[in-house]
Amino acid sequence: MRKEKAPRTLAKKQFRFTAEDGTGYLFILFAMVIFAIFTVYPLVSAVITSFQKYKPVGSEWIALENYKATLKNALFWKAMRNTVIYTVITVPVSQLIAFGIAIMIMPFQKKTQTVFKAIYYIPAVASGIALSVVWQWIYSSSPSGLANQIMTFFGLPTQNWLASSKTAMLSLILMVFLSSQGQNIIIYIAALMGIDNSYFEAAEIDGANFIEKVIYIVWPLCKPTTLFLLVTGVINSFQVFVNAYMMTGGGPDNNTTMIGLLIFNNAFKYGKYGLACAQAVLLTIVIAALTALQFKLNGDDVEY
Amino acid sequence: MASGLYSQYLDKPALRYLRNGVLCLLLGLLGLVVLFPLIYMFCWSFGPNAELASSAYSIFPKVWSLDSYKGFFDFSEYSLRWILNSLIVASGTVVLNVIFAGLAGYAFAKINFKGRKWLFFLILMGMMIPYQVTQVPLYILFVNKFHMTNTYTALILPGCCTAYNIFLAKQFFGGIPTALIENAKVEGAGQLRIFCSIILPLSKTVMAVTAITTFMGNWNTFFWPFLITSDASMYTIQVGLKTFAYANGTLFSPMMAGAVISALPMFILFFALQKYFLEGVTIGAVKG
Repeated sequence: MRKEKAPRTLAKKQFRFTAEDGTGYLFILFAMVIFAIFTVYPLVSAVITSFQKYKPVGSEWIALENYKATLKNALFWKAMRNTVIYTVITVPVSQLIAFGIAIMIMPFQKKTQTVFKAIYYIPAVASGIALSVVWQWIYSSSPSGLANQIMTFFGLPTQNWLASSKTAMLSLILMVFLSSQGQNIIIYIAALMGIDNSYFEAAEIDGANFIEKVIYIVWPLCKPTTLFLLVTGVINSFQVFVNAYMMTGGGPDNNTTMIGLLIFNNAFKYGKYGLACAQAVLLTIVIAALTALQFKLNGDDVEY
Repeated sequence: MASGLYSQYLDKPALRYLRNGVLCLLLGLLGLVVLFPLIYMFCWSFGPNAELASSAYSIFPKVWSLDSYKGFFDFSEYSLRWILNSLIVASGTVVLNVIFAGLAGYAFAKINFKGRKWLFFLILMGMMIPYQVTQVPLYILFVNKFHMTNTYTALILPGCCTAYNIFLAKQFFGGIPTALIENAKVEGAGQLRIFCSIILPLSKTVMAVTAITTFMGNWNTFFWPFLITSDASMYTIQVGLKTFAYANGTLFSPMMAGAVISALPMFILFFALQKYFLEGVTIGAVKG
């Protein structure tokens, strides 16, 4: 990247335009230095390391070996599959839930709206670690764990939630549904408030009922918001780490090992920095491709 | 506030009240479901500081006490230090972000310097990079080159001027009329003076939102502090809670007490400054 250091002497107004340039560079100097050291350098370094067998001194150049090893690795594909399953279920369903709740909050006065927004947002205020600790106990395998008490209440068999390969992924997904809707709801409400009343008036003249209004006016007009939430949701979901790390450790039998956890394990558990970097670079490519794809599929009539 | 979406029963108040009542009830029940894990956490944090026989725990503890909190604080001599560390790291990060992301955002929005579009585009691209890519090189950088493990510098520096905050500031400052700045320039004010005496007073809300979201992000973050601290005296509260949870996997109430301790400062902040939290969610979602 081009790095323009801002010499302070430039501010002496030798030429009008350089003075403005100088001030500009001075204002962004700190930000750009931080950006260069902590974003650009690590990114370049990660790409370089991905072609190496990393050693603290004198890393070995091994060309595409890390990538080849990754693509041949069954665990990598399993982690990819797990991540895709997790994303494909949590992101769209969360959005539908959030959209529904946002619609339900709409008829109320602003004060009431704020109360509901706050209620649904509260779980997002707690840290991922705190939530994981709590949910780990909710999913306790003993019959008196909260989740199992609920199962018993409805006359269903108790489950070994986090330790059984049948339910482990489901448990993580359920936790997302119940603890991370707030943000989506608030954003959807903001979008709903922005819809001009004339749309609804016109629809009423045509005799549209409530459901028709939602389907033919609200949903299409919320499309930019939906796309925004979809894109950010997918990006975040592909990077998920804390839940799996804390609650299942990726188990049982790697059924909840997601790509973020796999990269972490390769790097910081096994010290395979080169391999981890190769996988992280692949993750970046996948995320970039998915983002582009979503814009292409959904964004024909959305201007950004 | 009734939007046109809900114009059906405007002339029939009884039906309208009924409809809103049903919606209110539904939303309340759903809210209870969403909040229940947290209520459960709060209540059980007052349970006994001991392992429970699996039959002993009902939905709420039978005897309430502060023993579990004591248990959590007794676990490590540094438990209080963890909270202090989190406070130092989060506050330090907030101050640096507000100042420097603010300055950069202002420059990108209102100062006409060469290459600003191009440099801002770089920053935007930086927002898309998953943290997994940068973590390994950053870790190597701090551990092998800077030799800075277990320092506040290592905890604060990588996040001290985030691309997201620069973006937010630029979006906001872009909306301030340029005429205001031009006038001040004509009267001979320099850019720094303009920034401090004209721009900052206009941007209290966006600054508050930046400060709060940054504080929350750094208070709750786990990954980086976990990597870069190995000495228990330098743990943040999240890393401390994780360590406690791994060491005491069977002690239910003390774990809940730990979770409450790690989350309580954010809850207090949330209730005190709710407006800014809620605004912070939408402010970043405004398309740019």
